[in-house]
Amino acid sequence: MSSPAPEPVASLVEHFFRHEAGRLVAVLTRFFGWRNFDLVEEMVQATLVDALQSWRVRGVPDNPSGWIHRVAKNKILDALRRNETSRRLTRAWAATRPWHTEGLDVLFLDSEIEDSELRMMFACCHPRLARANQLALTLKALCGFGNSEIAQALLIAEETVKKRIQRATRDLVDHEIALDPPGADELFRRLDVVHQVLYLLFNEGYSASRGETAIRTDLCEEAARLCHLLCSHPQFSTPATRALMALMLFHAARLDARLDDHGCILLMEDQDRTKWDRRLIQRAQEFLDQSAEGTTVSPFHLEAGIARYHCSAENYAATDWPAILRLYDALLTMHRSPVYRLNRAIVVAQIDGPRAGIRALEEAGQDSALRHYYLYEATLGEFCRRAGDMDSAHRHFEAARRKTNSPHHHALIDRRLSECV
Amino acid sequence: MAKFLFVYRGNNDGYAKMTPDQLQQNMQQWGAWIGQAMQKGWMVDPGDALTEEGRVVNAKKVVTDGPFVEAKEIVGGYSIVTADTIDAAAELAKGCPALLAGGRVEVRTLAGMGSKL
Repeated sequence: MSSPAPEPVASLVEHFFRHEAGRLVAVLTRFFGWRNFDLVEEMVQATLVDALQSWRVRGVPDNPSGWIHRVAKNKILDALRRNETSRRLTRAWAATRPWHTEGLDVLFLDSEIEDSELRMMFACCHPRLARANQLALTLKALCGFGNSEIAQALLIAEETVKKRIQRATRDLVDHEIALDPPGADELFRRLDVVHQVLYLLFNEGYSASRGETAIRTDLCEEAARLCHLLCSHPQFSTPATRALMALMLFHAARLDARLDDHGCILLMEDQDRTKWDRRLIQRAQEFLDQSAEGTTVSPFHLEAGIARYHCSAENYAATDWPAILRLYDALLTMHRSPVYRLNRAIVVAQIDGPRAGIRALEEAGQDSALRHYYLYEATLGEFCRRAGDMDSAHRHFEAARRKTNSPHHHALIDRRLSECV
Repeated sequence: MAKFLFVYRGNNDGYAKMTPDQLQQNMQQWGAWIGQAMQKGWMVDPGDALTEEGRVVNAKKVVTDGPFVEAKEIVGGYSIVTADTIDAAAELAKGCPALLAGGRVEVRTLAGMGSKL
């Protein structure tokens, strides 16, 4: 009485459940509203567990998305019918909702799902929410991350994640922010905030190194995926959006080359450029070209331009440093960011030698925020080493070591120290 | 060789707390475990998972919803395996992904089905 052996579970694409969760949360929140976000989360979880239960025995169906959407629709209908749930939902509200399958079918069309995701993006990045809460809610609602994963990704406590999400949903309810697309008058302002959040998300992932969990590099993938979603809509695919996409792709192209075999960070000058993904660089270049419309230049344009000069150089020495210097100068007129000033000093050192680099760095170091950054001391140490001043080099490298707890940063500094003979 | 029933209990509770990514991983682990078990021949029926709803029919033929038990007691599914002894069967159960979701596997001997008396 034995059943035939089941087909081995066909591999789902990586993170399929995660991305389906994001899609479902977008559609269901659009349907039920922020007030019922808890209910939405329960339904999405129950849908995915149903999928697990069914597919683990019978295998993955031919159309896994379709299967999941069908189950989700049934759960919505059940929720509307069941007494216990309608106690949580007001009658008047329920009366305005599609309560039969045909009405729901529209919500689950591919184009409508994408529309819901975009609306969700604007809601998660609403200017009324604090930046940290925007980030946490984006990861939860749009990217399908669980609280534990958000905690690992952002290197914060799980309890903090929970609070940030609660705060965000409470703000959205209190300010009655629905899942509507932004109006034409506020589009650029709202889009600007979305850009900031995606840029932050990408940076969090990019600064990760192996030894920290893989979930951190997942952040880059998520940021790029969401930016790409924006790019696929003419209304949101502004020059700045495309420049941001280009920037992410230029950086992503170099992700594999950033670590050596021992998992230590390699600086760009030490990276094996054959490991850079030429296909991604090509894609990045296309987005950068497309972004060259109109008259506004965003910081993303400039950063992408810098990344392009790096990606198109044969080797570190052959990089067009003067062009990069001009771009950093332009960036600094927009944001007096200490990190820009640090990077600019490195470029100055390439053009005019280490002592010029030291002067540029010390000038930048008048910003106290920079002085706390380990890379400031480490770079000073490197310039001193190149200038032949080994005692100062030692001093700065030791200072750099004290300013960071990361074993990867220590390894990098120790390598430099060993070269100070 | 005798036949045994694997009863999976309590993993639903674990599933409620897992992230989407963890659920996908668990599902892929199930698929791999059942696949190799069937291929090696020690699992004769992969069985099925059990959905939430249930009914209880009592001696007076009254039907109610249920049973309502603690989350960690809920039966989530079953499979049928063959092994020489119940202890050998229990050893095989150690690889079950239900354990990774905080669940348990109960092993019971099938009294007569398919075995020679």
